[in-house]
Amino acid sequence: MNSKKLTVAILLGIVLIAFLFGMYNYQRRVQSSQEQRVTLQKGLLVRMHSPVFGPTNAPVTIVEFFDPACETCRAFYPIVKDLLRKYPNDVRLVLRYAPFHPGSDQVAKLLEAAKRQDKYWPVLEMVLAEQPNWADHGTPNLELAYKAAEKAGLNLKQALVDAATLAVDAVLKQDIEDLTSFEVTKTPTFFVNGRGLPSFGPDQLATLVAEEVAKAKK
Amino acid sequence: MKRSWGLLLIAWVIAVAATAGALFIGEVMGMTPCLLCWYQRICMFPMAIVLGIACYSEDRRGAIYALPLAMGGIALAGYHTLLVAGLIPRAWIPCTAGVSCADQKLDIFNGIQIPWLSLAAFSLILSLLTIYLRKTAK
Repeated sequence: MNSKKLTVAILLGIVLIAFLFGMYNYQRRVQSSQEQRVTLQKGLLVRMHSPVFGPTNAPVTIVEFFDPACETCRAFYPIVKDLLRKYPNDVRLVLRYAPFHPGSDQVAKLLEAAKRQDKYWPVLEMVLAEQPNWADHGTPNLELAYKAAEKAGLNLKQALVDAATLAVDAVLKQDIEDLTSFEVTKTPTFFVNGRGLPSFGPDQLATLVAEEVAKAKK
Repeated sequence: MKRSWGLLLIAWVIAVAATAGALFIGEVMGMTPCLLCWYQRICMFPMAIVLGIACYSEDRRGAIYALPLAMGGIALAGYHTLLVAGLIPRAWIPCTAGVSCADQKLDIFNGIQIPWLSLAAFSLILSLLTIYLRKTAK
């Protein structure tokens, strides 16, 4: 290798290292700013209206900002459910809406309406199961989502009336306001007892939950 | 000969730095590039590779291959700069879904805007390549 080739290789290496270093620093800064905001307003992570799954007085709370049209949220649903099954007395799940995709807000409103019929979780599961059919990015087919909800036993007519009420609209607005103040930009975003994931992934979520459960048991 | 290779090297370093910067803004900071940015990327990214190979193997032809990319980049970045500066009436461009090219959201180093940086990078690369090609012409 002559000196010119070496120069090219070294410069390339420098740029690569600078890039990775910048990436690491940037991500750490974003995360610590988010963590700061969450610690300052921990109470706002769970609102009165937020749907809760699992024991209400569980010591560990997973807050998930989710979008009914988001594929990753769909993929994470069984993972989160497994965690709840693993710690039946210690962990509860709280869902918050982050309707980033077009049409998601309508589906979120339908879910809120399903809550009034006590059909929240079956409707959610059916809507997620059918998501590949209705949630084409850009052109969602809400009729198919509604049909999926009906299949889960929802009285669709009543639900659509309920979904159009101001109260449901207020729930969604509140969630959007909160996700903005918590700087949530991706779905799903998890907070376990107010702590964010160090990096995104199912294992990281499981580890964080295990840590918090261990802390609660002490 | 040795000194002219340095020109090529600087041109390549500028292209690599611009590529890394664009990828950082897009992938790490998560800002979706607008349409004009995409076209400028199309011109910039290949230069990072082509000029790199040219430097590595001391191949003069690499500079020739990069020349049209640099010229195209200047045209696009120049247009983008005028657009951001408000010198081209925005009414000429229809609205589309997606990111606005005219509404510059990001400036770094106290108000230096990305299209300016892009224009500067393309211009520098083009000048360096031109000088290099003149010096190495037989």
